[in-house]
Amino acid sequence: MRERFAPVVTRLLDEDPRVAVVLAEIGADGFAEARRRHPDRVVNVGIREQLLVGAAAGMALTGLRPVVHTFASFLVERPFEQVKLDLGHQGVGAVLVSAAASFDWPAGGYTHMAPGDVALLDTLDGWTVHVPGHPDEAETLLRHAVAAGDDKVYVRLSLQSNTRGLPVDGERFRTVREGRSGVVVAVGPVLDAVLDATEGLDVTVLYATTVRPFDAAGLRRATAAAGTDVVLVEPYLAGTSTAAANDALADVPHRVLGLGVGRAELRRYGRIDEHVAAHGLDARSLRARIGGFVGAGGTVPAGV
Amino acid sequence: MTITEERTRPYGYTDLPALMGLMTGDEKHGPAATSTLDVLWVLYDRVLRVGPGRTDDPGRDRFLLSKGHGPMAYYAVLAAKGFVPVDWLPGFGSYDSPLGHHPDRVLVPGAEIGSGSLGHGLPIAVGTALGLRAQGLDEPRVWTLIGDAELDEGSNHEAIAFAGPAGLERLHTVVVDNSSASWARPGGIVARFEAAGWSALTVDGRDHEALYAAFTAPHPGRPHAVVARVEPKSA
Repeated sequence: MRERFAPVVTRLLDEDPRVAVVLAEIGADGFAEARRRHPDRVVNVGIREQLLVGAAAGMALTGLRPVVHTFASFLVERPFEQVKLDLGHQGVGAVLVSAAASFDWPAGGYTHMAPGDVALLDTLDGWTVHVPGHPDEAETLLRHAVAAGDDKVYVRLSLQSNTRGLPVDGERFRTVREGRSGVVVAVGPVLDAVLDATEGLDVTVLYATTVRPFDAAGLRRATAAAGTDVVLVEPYLAGTSTAAANDALADVPHRVLGLGVGRAELRRYGRIDEHVAAHGLDARSLRARIGGFVGAGGTVPAGV
Repeated sequence: MTITEERTRPYGYTDLPALMGLMTGDEKHGPAATSTLDVLWVLYDRVLRVGPGRTDDPGRDRFLLSKGHGPMAYYAVLAAKGFVPVDWLPGFGSYDSPLGHHPDRVLVPGAEIGSGSLGHGLPIAVGTALGLRAQGLDEPRVWTLIGDAELDEGSNHEAIAFAGPAGLERLHTVVVDNSSASWARPGGIVARFEAAGWSALTVDGRDHEALYAAFTAPHPGRPHAVVARVEPKSA
């Protein structure tokens, strides 16, 4: 879905004079033509991520809508104080668009993995977080993000993708399947694996592409028919949204299982699917973990 | 001087110790508290095209106080120039006061940024200069004030190394050098700006005419740094 980023934002640069793009080398090639057309609104600051976010904040202070892009580890983690202070404390907004996600480049190792990005943003107030699961959804959510006034918005792009895109509205969870024995919330690119894993289980599957603000009302509605056993499957740090789900169900007895990327460093290279499996996020592992939790048995049917 | 009496004349430089005294309880202030005072006064009195009536004017100059520590001199100048009421000053640092020990742009009229954590103002100033240029606002100049020890923060060097080659002519940095950095070499500050392609001058940070001359020196095609040397913090 990252291949949609530059074309979509290039069109937004053409359409809206407020839009500016700030880069730190990564992704600069994709904006070469846009930079020729808008030399003052496409800025590559070099390999300087503190400046990347600080300069974006300065642009926002003058009234622009900066779109800031690099790998997640260098966009959220390395310049985290700039995200906290230069945007949050200064009271200005920006659209942060990350690539590489939790382990999109496993051969690159842990330095290029950012499973904690959404959890880190959760320590701050007022961030909208979009996690598209398909290139079409990414395009829609990028447009939502840029159009969201002066809001602080994070868009988490990944090479991991579902087979088909679904309509997304930039706010609510979408009901993909209905059951009576639990609710599974699948975030972004984990949807295909979750649907495979829950085939034949009597559970409701909600699809979340906007996770902050957390659609508490949507989760509560789903639990009315499916009960309050809730499984969260997130493509970043396991348990990132557990507190949000607990808060949504604070006044009713409930159970929440948070699945996602493990905290321990694997120290493995290899391929994305190998890391998906290592973190228990492949369909077979999910079937056992979800099935065991909702009490529908953990037996794995052949072919899953 | 009785600071609360009905005023019939504007505040001047000689009023600043009394205005600071409303915050500190004493009209006598050591070098550390006043290290920025003369720089701030010359900027606000003679250089910056700003005023309390144009804090939202897109065409105003931008002054970003990056060195947010010890902001009494800054608040005194803002009060003297009418940005904040003088009767806010005695509440300095209290729960109900907009004036904290580090400034907050959301609370202080005329403050372009909040600061306190060191090393944020210069990168934001770079972005401000880029943002103004991108909107065709060619008149406003951008200033930021940092301390010599603040220059230890690596974020400044990202900004300095970018702004020079990028030719951000409207960007100005004044470094108030009170020799507070633990590790420094003589002439190191100005050399680093020059190495990055900035115009750079070193002046006596107490000499108003020298400051004014340095602040207004032409620097075509390049950003401009002024190192204002004052008494050592430890003296």
